[in-house]
Amino acid sequence: MRLRVLYFGRYQDDLGRSEEELDCELAQLAQLRTLLAQRDQDWARVFGETNHRLLCAINQQLAKPQDPLADGDEVAFFPPVTGG
Amino acid sequence: MNERQDESLGIDVRTADFDPGREIEQLHRDHPECGAVASFIGLVRAHNQDGSVSRLFLQHYPGMTENAIREICEQAMARWPLLGLRVIHRVGELAVGERIVLVAVAGAHRGETFAACEMVMDFLKTRAPFWKCETTDQGRRWVEARDSDERAADRW
Repeated sequence: MRLRVLYFGRYQDDLGRSEEELDCELAQLAQLRTLLAQRDQDWARVFGETNHRLLCAINQQLAKPQDPLADGDEVAFFPPVTGG
Repeated sequence: MNERQDESLGIDVRTADFDPGREIEQLHRDHPECGAVASFIGLVRAHNQDGSVSRLFLQHYPGMTENAIREICEQAMARWPLLGLRVIHRVGELAVGERIVLVAVAGAHRGETFAACEMVMDFLKTRAPFWKCETTDQGRRWVEARDSDERAADRW
């Protein structure tokens, strides 16, 4: 499956990118998080279990760890919002 | 979503500035039967805790941001008998003193218009995908979300 993965806010600086295409076989959002956390220390800081403030969206809807992933999905990861 | 609600919502996420007076006048013209119009304008502040801000960059998630604002407005329309709601939120590079956001509400009475205006702002600050990055004399810094904003939103 192929996913489009987006990063927003300070995570763009922390991870050194704002988006990427990912080829993988993953059933759930939680598995994607685990996969990304394994890349290196910077990624572990953002995606590891210690980051309780990580927010996720699948196809522009806020998502939970157990939500399923499908081919072609757009997944976004971001910190708490600061608009207004 | 019913048609009446759709006509009553004016939502804009854009880089261009807005004229608050003109927007409020337009809201009143669109709803001549209204007895009250309440509004809020958010501006780029010159100072924060760390030092003086010279520029603010507003990042957003095109698509999700507009939908989130729409959902917030629909919540307000469902909760109170409002006639119209106008939200403009700017994005991109802004200088100190520039306008960031406008929330304007038209209704029959002041009770619901004041309340809806405040709720929409509280929800914009905690539920709409925007991220602020400040440029100060100390460098660039992504703004941290505040617990006080969450508590304000929780009141509703």
